[in-house]
Amino acid sequence: MSKQERLLRMTGQYLLLSWIALIFVFPIIFMVVSSLKPDLQLLRDSASFRAFLPVGDISFENYESAFGRAPIIRFLFNSVLITAVTLLCSLLVCSLGAFAFVFLNWFGRELLLTLILATFIVPFETIAIPLLMIVNSLPWIGLDGIYFGWLNSYQVQIIPFIADALTVFLFVQYFRDLPIELVEAARAEGASWGQVYRKIVIPLSGPVLATAAILKFLMMYNNQFLWPIIVVQEETYRPIMVGLQYFFQLNTAWGEIMAYLTIITVPVLIFYLTLQRAFIASIAATGVKG
Amino acid sequence: MATHSPLKLHNRSGWLMAGPAFLLIFTFMILPFLMAFGFAFTNQRLISPNPTEFVGTKNFEAMLGFSFLTLEAELQSDGSIKRNSQGEPIFPRLRSFTRNEKEYPQHFRKRDWFFWEHEESKRTYVLVADILFMKALFNTVVFVAMVAPLQAGLALLLALLINQPLRGINFFRTIYFMPVVISMVVVSMLWRFIYDGQNGLLNSLLDMFSFGVIPPVDWLGNPSTALSAIIAMSVWQGVGFHMVIWLSGLQTIPGTLYEAAKIEGASRWQVFRYITWPGLRNTAILVMVIITMQAFTLYPQVQVMTRGGPLDSTQSLVFQMVIRGYEKQDIAGGSAISVFLFLFVLSISLFQRWITRERK
Amino acid sequence: MSTIKRLVTLTGAFLTGITLQGLAIAQTELSLWYHGAGNPVERELVNKIIVDYNNSQKDFRVVIEEFPQESYNASVTAAALAGNLPDIIDVDGPIMPNWAWSKYLAPLQIDQATLNKMLPGSIGSWNGATYSVGLWDAACAIYARRSVLEANGIRVPTLSNPWTKDEFDQLLVKLQGTGQFEYAFDPGMAWTGEWYAYAFGPMMQSAGGDLVNTAENRADGTINGDSAVSFGVWWQSLFSRKLAPGTSQDGGDRETGFLDGRYALQLNGNWAALPALEKFGDDMLFLPAVDFGNGPKIGAASWQFGVSTSSKHKGAANEFIQFMLQDKYFADFSDGIGLIPPTAASAEMSSKYRKGGALEVFFKLSEAQATLRAVTPGYVVASAEFEKAMSDIANGGDVLNALDAAADAIDSDIEKNGGYR
Repeated sequence: MSKQERLLRMTGQYLLLSWIALIFVFPIIFMVVSSLKPDLQLLRDSASFRAFLPVGDISFENYESAFGRAPIIRFLFNSVLITAVTLLCSLLVCSLGAFAFVFLNWFGRELLLTLILATFIVPFETIAIPLLMIVNSLPWIGLDGIYFGWLNSYQVQIIPFIADALTVFLFVQYFRDLPIELVEAARAEGASWGQVYRKIVIPLSGPVLATAAILKFLMMYNNQFLWPIIVVQEETYRPIMVGLQYFFQLNTAWGEIMAYLTIITVPVLIFYLTLQRAFIASIAATGVKG
Repeated sequence: MATHSPLKLHNRSGWLMAGPAFLLIFTFMILPFLMAFGFAFTNQRLISPNPTEFVGTKNFEAMLGFSFLTLEAELQSDGSIKRNSQGEPIFPRLRSFTRNEKEYPQHFRKRDWFFWEHEESKRTYVLVADILFMKALFNTVVFVAMVAPLQAGLALLLALLINQPLRGINFFRTIYFMPVVISMVVVSMLWRFIYDGQNGLLNSLLDMFSFGVIPPVDWLGNPSTALSAIIAMSVWQGVGFHMVIWLSGLQTIPGTLYEAAKIEGASRWQVFRYITWPGLRNTAILVMVIITMQAFTLYPQVQVMTRGGPLDSTQSLVFQMVIRGYEKQDIAGGSAISVFLFLFVLSISLFQRWITRERK
Repeated sequence: MSTIKRLVTLTGAFLTGITLQGLAIAQTELSLWYHGAGNPVERELVNKIIVDYNNSQKDFRVVIEEFPQESYNASVTAAALAGNLPDIIDVDGPIMPNWAWSKYLAPLQIDQATLNKMLPGSIGSWNGATYSVGLWDAACAIYARRSVLEANGIRVPTLSNPWTKDEFDQLLVKLQGTGQFEYAFDPGMAWTGEWYAYAFGPMMQSAGGDLVNTAENRADGTINGDSAVSFGVWWQSLFSRKLAPGTSQDGGDRETGFLDGRYALQLNGNWAALPALEKFGDDMLFLPAVDFGNGPKIGAASWQFGVSTSSKHKGAANEFIQFMLQDKYFADFSDGIGLIPPTAASAEMSSKYRKGGALEVFFKLSEAQATLRAVTPGYVVASAEFEKAMSDIANGGDVLNALDAAADAIDSDIEKNGGYR
């Protein structure tokens, strides 16, 4: 292929890629640009290309009003805290469990794994009410002694979600493709299972750890609606998605909604972009073994 | 594949390490699911001063019950068939059969789902006790059947496109992944604006690109387009995730195979068919399994955009479950749907596993 | 120190300790849940009442927890399941029978004299007892502009002489025919949820139908009776003739359509009145409901306060509610959010509802036309079924089938709950 043909081909490819990129990114541009416009203009502009252009009456007024309407900082803090703690515990607990399922031989192994994976099919709405009844009778040790009932707390939004079928499945798939010889060699040298886990398997698990982290983050940050509404009745513990409803009161404040949505998307994007390289490489790795 | 030494059992270590995960999942997922399962056999309400009673399979009968009814066209006084203005035969109103508890108890309160005509003047109706459930089931299956291949296929195409050593390709990969990090609820809200029949962006864009040829369509208000609109949006949101999975699969295919093919002068289609596709087998299974299972739980899009309408064209199983359990306070009815959904998806995934099992 | 001195000091310390403890204990907390999270005006108003109450006596301290309206009912239900209800709850009028039946609410112990002065729509009674009372009532009206009506030769209806169904139908066709508007009439299909039963239910009642026959505890024959069906047929024609935007209307259009002049008439509640007044000033008209045959009707009953059954301080809770029922607070709320003050005296005090005030007409509307939504614990299901039926009919579904389906579902539900007795 001549140099000219190559150049033409490359331009064509970039054009195609760019058009596709536009399709994927335009609603987000719409959201961010709309957050800068007053309500009436926002709604009018949504009918034309002006929806993507920061023209007209641009200001940060929506952001100011949004902060006045809902305790956004608190909600962000709650969500980030809950997500971070759940994430860390989840990585530990699920990888430990998957390790045992894959590398050890023990009584009840197959049954337990099947039971765990079967829960992947169950949508959360099914178990929400029974779960409410369960958490309401569980004991907890707090600063003021032992009491029953986990409502209105952080733990009720964290603990039920630490272990989940998808995370366990991801680890199991990944571990199954690790070279068994390394494990066998370490055991032959007298290493305990704990040491094998810590020193051999985990260091090789960068990719799957990143994948599980991102998935769990998305699950805890973006999808927590029904549960907090049911178990949290105090504003101090509410996460961001419940906060979204604050903007749908008597008169829907569209501009503020866009501002709020933009604000809450920021932590996700930051987390995603930082982990991006590790993450994309990791999804890749897990996919292959699948 | 890692295997285990068949000789030595490490019960204590095994239970110790898997214990926390299993204990958590048991307490917070399996146990409540068993309770929900139990609710399906009672008349559990969300709010009620009356104690809950056991009702056996009544909820399931109410959900799955059906009957057949054959009707003949109305005749005119001279024995010929009465017809309406379009020339179609007129049949008696179903209401006289379905609202008559004394004479037709088997048809009481059922609604017609569909019918077939045999002989010009006879119709056999299939009446069902719970038409919303049937429609939800049908729509959910349609949704899964369309989303799975569409999302998987498009993701593969994108992966093939991205899998090129172009500069800045990572930038595009990131952009294509963006929709995945945004909550489906937020995505639904944004797309509602886009799909608006009067002032929606999609209609404006179509109008512009077709120079006014394509008229504006009320995407979410039209029973024939609503489900497709939701499908399109769902695919948009999820395709980036699966694109990355395919990408990794692609990158493990040895480059030497491609070189060999080039030397032999294989066409691009042949390369794909004989080298790429076989190497993606495992990835394909993973992608399909995840997409299928997740597609069955179609809910937030329906809740935010269409609430099951228009004319039940976007009803889904989980949406009906939530409506019954939380809005109409009928927890038992909602649980009955969950039980059905669980068994249905379980059988499908078992079927999938059976079909894709490795023949060694 | 001598023994006596020691004794005195000790006793003194002991007594002080007890008193301090006593004071701390005596300040009991009364928890109050309110549905207005996200609305800064309401927050201010409610807090003012609470501060005034807390300052007026030393025994009890009211503490408020705010919830977003959309998920408020779900939150309360979950809390009830967990045995975690507060002392005072705020409840949406038509839902009250459901909560009273489920034993969430205890009958109120409020001065009958106070209640007698209030609009009937602001008092919640069921099964012979009063369970809730509100600081305002909300009403619906047809929003219109005088200039538009005059330009098209349409007469302005009054309370004593409202538009009839035929008149209304004709003027809608006329307005649509001018080509100036996207739609002649906006009923608000974008507001899914309780709005349908609140705004459209009274129209069906005006036509002679209803959601449920509460006396007989049955929906069959009422929601799918002849009058209801003929109303349904007319309702469907609104959309098939493109006189009104349908179910795919998006929230944004609903908010701005009338203000932007794209809709000629709009059915809306008085909580949206303030922006309309701001925009159109004197040109703004709030018209009474159309008479579909049985007298014009509009919805009544908005958010009200009640005492929960599990409260340990029912007496104090009732006192607080009694304290809230003061004309000055009614007027404050009315000025703040534009809703109807429930007593004539407070109406006079408010800036919008006094004689000559811009929204005065709403008070009269509420007095004359307000009809309660079906007072039955089965209302929750009835409202949801009605919403679905109206939606399906608007989308072109068969009217009789849609109403039949609603009747069946409502009756099934009533049966399953033992008649909601």
